[in-house]
Amino acid sequence: MTMKKTSRFLIWMLPVVSGLLFVALWYGVRAVSGLKSWILPTPLEIMQAAWQERGRLFAAVGHTALGALGGFLLAAVFAFFTSMLLGVSRILRASLYPWLLMLQMTPVIVLTPVIMLWAGPGMPGIITITWLISFFPIVANMTQGLLSADLNHVALFRMCNARRLQEMRLLRLPSAMPYYLTGLRIAAALAPTGAIFGEYMVGNSSGGTGGLGFLVYSYNTQIKIPALFASALTSCLLGFIFVAAVSWLNWAVLHKWHDSFERTDH
Amino acid sequence: MEAVSPIVKFTSLQKRYGDGPLILDDINLVVQRDDFVTLIGPSGCGKSTVLKLVSGLSPWSGGTLTVAGMKPREARNRQAFIFQDATLLPWLTAQANAELPLRLRGVAAAEREAQARQMLELVGLGKVSGYYPRQLSGGMKMRVSIARALTLKPQLLLLDEPFGALDEMTRNRLNEELLALRTQSRFTAMFVTHSVAEAVFLSNRIVVMAAAPGRFHGEVGVDFSYPRLPELRERPEFQAKVNEISRLLHEVEGPVRV
Repeated sequence: MTMKKTSRFLIWMLPVVSGLLFVALWYGVRAVSGLKSWILPTPLEIMQAAWQERGRLFAAVGHTALGALGGFLLAAVFAFFTSMLLGVSRILRASLYPWLLMLQMTPVIVLTPVIMLWAGPGMPGIITITWLISFFPIVANMTQGLLSADLNHVALFRMCNARRLQEMRLLRLPSAMPYYLTGLRIAAALAPTGAIFGEYMVGNSSGGTGGLGFLVYSYNTQIKIPALFASALTSCLLGFIFVAAVSWLNWAVLHKWHDSFERTDH
Repeated sequence: MEAVSPIVKFTSLQKRYGDGPLILDDINLVVQRDDFVTLIGPSGCGKSTVLKLVSGLSPWSGGTLTVAGMKPREARNRQAFIFQDATLLPWLTAQANAELPLRLRGVAAAEREAQARQMLELVGLGKVSGYYPRQLSGGMKMRVSIARALTLKPQLLLLDEPFGALDEMTRNRLNEELLALRTQSRFTAMFVTHSVAEAVFLSNRIVVMAAAPGRFHGEVGVDFSYPRLPELRERPEFQAKVNEISRLLHEVEGPVRV
C-alpha cells in the first residue's frame, strides 16, 4: 500500500523534477555562453513577454483556435464519410486510395499558393490548409478500422442474412470507432499546427488580423524573440486543449465497453 | 413427410480450397430430427469445416449437401451457430447482444426485447442483462451466446467447440444446461469438440474423424436416455463409452513416433 502511494507520487513528481532540471540547464547555458536575451531568452523573460503581450496573444489564440476547430471539424466529418465509402466497396478503395495517398505526400507548402487562389486569403484558406493536414490520418485509421471487424462477427452477421447496410451500421461502424478516435487524436494534435502554418502562409495577406501564425511573423520581423517564445508556449497550450478535448470524447464513447478502459490492479 | 425427412444430409461430399488438397473426402452423414451428433477428431481433420458447410458460410466441391431438404444458404433461418469464442459485440449489453439476430431479421423492438429477456432468464442471466461483455466471465459470455442463438428458435443448432476455452467445472455445468435447454427448445444439434467426455455426455451419436484428408472414421451410438444427469459421468457404462471413443481416436492418430 505505502509502496504504491510512493510510486504514484513519484510518477507525478518526475516530470516536475525533469522540468526543473531543464530550466536550470537553460539558465546554465545562458550564463556560460553569454548569449544575449534576443538570442536565448530565459524562461523568466519569456513569461514577462507573455504577460506584456497578453492582449495580443489572447486575441490571436482565439483566432487560431477558430481556424483550427473549423479545419478539424471539417476533416472529422469529411473523413468519416470518405472512410465509409472506402470501407464499403473494394472497387472504390482501389480506385481512390492511391490518389488520397498522393495528396497526402504532397507538401502543403507547395499547395499553399493554389489554396490561396481557390479558397481565398484569410479564414477560408486557413481552414482549408488545416483540413488538408488533419484529414488523412483520420481516413487512414478509420478505413483500417472498418476493414478489421472480427471475422467471426462478420460470419455471425452473414448467418443471420444481415443486409450490407446493417453490417455497416451495427458491426463495422462500431468496430471502427476506436480507430476513428485514434485518427481524431492525431488530427487534434495537427490541427493547431496546421492553422498556425496557414496563418503564417496565408493569413498575413489578409491585412494583419491573423492569429498566432501572423503574430509569429510579426514578432520575427521585429526580432522580439522572448515574445516569439511566448507565442510558441501559447500554441502549445492550444494544442493541449485540442488533444484533451478529443481524449475526453474518446473516453465518453468507449469507456463503457472498450478494453482500453478496463480497470486493472496495477 | 416433413417428420421423416432428415435435417441434414451429406452424400459423398468433398471439399477443397481452390486447387488445394482435399480438406474433406467422401463425407456421408444423415442427421435426423432430435439427433445430437458430435464430431470429434484430431486438429485439422475438418470438423469445423463440416459445420461451416451446413451453415452455408462455405461452398463445397463435390457431392451433395441438403439442410431440411434445401440448399444450406436457403435454410439459414432454420439454424443458429454458436462459435468457439462467444463472439458477442463488445459495445452492446448482454440484452442487446441477445436481441441482435432478431434485430437483423427486422423483429419489432418490443417483441425482440421480450424474447431476448426470456432467453437470458432461461440461461440464468436475467440479473446481468444490462452488463457489457467485458464485465462478464467466460461462462456467462457463452451463456449469452447460447441465449442469442436460441432466440431464433432454430430447428438446427450448430456448435463449434463452444466450451473449449472454459475450465472443466464451467464446461460440465454448461453441458448440463445445454441438455436442459434442449428438452425445452427441442433443437437438433451438430456439435464439434476435442473432449471425449463432453461428447459422450451430450450426444446420442458420435462421429470420429481422421485427418488429411478429413474423413469419417467411424460412428458410435450413445444410448443413455435423456434427460441425462451429472451422475451419469460416474457410471461405469459412461467410462466404457469414453474408452471406446478414445480407442477409435488412437487408431486415427496412429502410434506415437519419436
